[in-house]
Amino acid sequence: MIDAKLYARRRRRNTLAAVASYGATFVGLSWLALILGVLFWEGFSGLSLRVFTEMTPPPGAVGGLLNAIVGSLIMTSLALVIGAPIGILAGTYMAEYGRHGRLASLVRFINDILLSAPSIVVGLFIYEVMVRPMGHFSGIAGAVVLGVLVIPVMVRTTEDMLTLVPDTLREAAASIGLPRSLMIRQVAYRAARAGIITGILLAVARISGETAPLLFTALNNQFFSTNLNAPMPSLPAVIFQFALSPYKDWQDLAWTGALIITLAVLAMSITARALTGTRKAS
Amino acid sequence: MVDVAWQESGVSAQDVAERAKVLNKLRIGDIIFHQITKISALFVLVVLGGVIVSLFLGALPAFQEFGFSFITAQSWNPVTEKFGALAPIYGTIITSVIAMLIAVPLGLMIAMFLTELCPMWLRRPIGIAIELLAGIPSIIYGIWGLFVFAPFLQARVQPGVIAAFENVPLLSTLFEGPPFGIGMLTASLILAIMVLPFITSISRDVFDAVPPVLKEAAYGLGWTQWEVWRYVVLPFTRIGVIGGVMLGLGRALGETMAVTFVIGNAHKISSSLLAPGTTISATIANEFTEAVGDLYTSSLIALGLILFVITFIVLAIARYLLLRIERRVG
Repeated sequence: MIDAKLYARRRRRNTLAAVASYGATFVGLSWLALILGVLFWEGFSGLSLRVFTEMTPPPGAVGGLLNAIVGSLIMTSLALVIGAPIGILAGTYMAEYGRHGRLASLVRFINDILLSAPSIVVGLFIYEVMVRPMGHFSGIAGAVVLGVLVIPVMVRTTEDMLTLVPDTLREAAASIGLPRSLMIRQVAYRAARAGIITGILLAVARISGETAPLLFTALNNQFFSTNLNAPMPSLPAVIFQFALSPYKDWQDLAWTGALIITLAVLAMSITARALTGTRKAS
Repeated sequence: MVDVAWQESGVSAQDVAERAKVLNKLRIGDIIFHQITKISALFVLVVLGGVIVSLFLGALPAFQEFGFSFITAQSWNPVTEKFGALAPIYGTIITSVIAMLIAVPLGLMIAMFLTELCPMWLRRPIGIAIELLAGIPSIIYGIWGLFVFAPFLQARVQPGVIAAFENVPLLSTLFEGPPFGIGMLTASLILAIMVLPFITSISRDVFDAVPPVLKEAAYGLGWTQWEVWRYVVLPFTRIGVIGGVMLGLGRALGETMAVTFVIGNAHKISSSLLAPGTTISATIANEFTEAVGDLYTSSLIALGLILFVITFIVLAIARYLLLRIERRVG
């Protein structure tokens, strides 16, 4: 009565699926290993003190990436100064005041779309509203683009983290007569601090590799510049330029720059994960 | 007793005023803080509105000049100032679709591994490793694709593929021509790796949300793991998985730097997947700073507007589907 063939077929299919599943995971993991491996292989040899102390060289000469690194740092920190407060406050509105209100739901929906929207479009937006009226590319326009990209990340994480704060804390604060705004700032923010820091880390990780929107706002600069009103170099823009150049020295520097960015970004996202991981456990 | 109370309130008349002042201050502070947060939330909508309005105004000259033919024309000629967006639109859609064809099965199988087969202690590390793929900046994929992946494909894979399909009707057109290394297919493969983590992590999350009772009931009937996954888990999480796939698609459509490096930037539509092509974002990234003339710039901004509209629709569908499943679970 027992259909041995049917069982064999089902078992075979099951084994096949398991093999495919293991195989897919292997492919995914080996791709990560491959990318990181090549990055280390190509970039590590060029990694020296010179990279951090010298300017980008003309083709054929030795040099470093100092101006690009400084430009990236300036624009990234300015972007945080612009974007983080707006993002945190907007996230606060959604978690503390709006919750399920119509405005909060709409903002949440739009924000989630902006979170994955192509950054190049944001670059065009800032080009239209800043670069074109000003008449030239500038570091401040680059910072504003990155700032706009920071906002959705901050809104999302702030809201998520504030929602995790138990309501009993809020009620306790309210019961001793603390006004709502003070309760948010002194109790809710404090309880969600690790989460908000995570958001900042994720935001920095997100913008530090951004290239496309910087190309039409901050442009690039071969020289050291801290002038926000002039084109400003950035690590990704320099990598883009150098990698596509025919010169071997430039390509090597591009690899080194790529390694620096990747290490920084991965370190930030792993730290962010560790911060929230311990949070959830506690 | 009455005297005392009278006396006390008499003494604290000033106190009462003071207290009212403090309370008033707190109340105003409350209102101000509430309004500031509300304005910040509204700012998110302002950004969206700003993007749409500014791109529309920027694109207007191009639309006025070319009308509807901007979308249907294939020529892209800066010298004669004739611009048509068909080639970039075609490239964007084809590369994204091929990327999804590769990444969806791969991502679903990885998610199945992470939720059904993987030993508990390995789940978190492997999950994080896959998600790290999403953390690597796009430009890194680009430089890796250009210097490592494309030469590898050119030397090892593409000649074999071209030879293998030479005499097969349809496939010979898809895989014809000299092996350039860079091209549509290379871009699609890179995109597939880039969207893989999005599909994987969302699928894993929705698979994890399947009530164990459902699976146990199926196992109790003697189903195999594959059957349980295929006929219980997958149907139950269908909406969430589609949401994740749409999210990945939205990413793939808008991806810029990685594609710019490996697609070859040729403004033509070729039947062969191995031929160089271009996408909307790659065209903008490559040509924007070099664009001379208002019409050229305006055409590029019009491309950006088209890209934004397409991705907005795809992402809106994705979010809507994910919202639905969130409501059902939570």
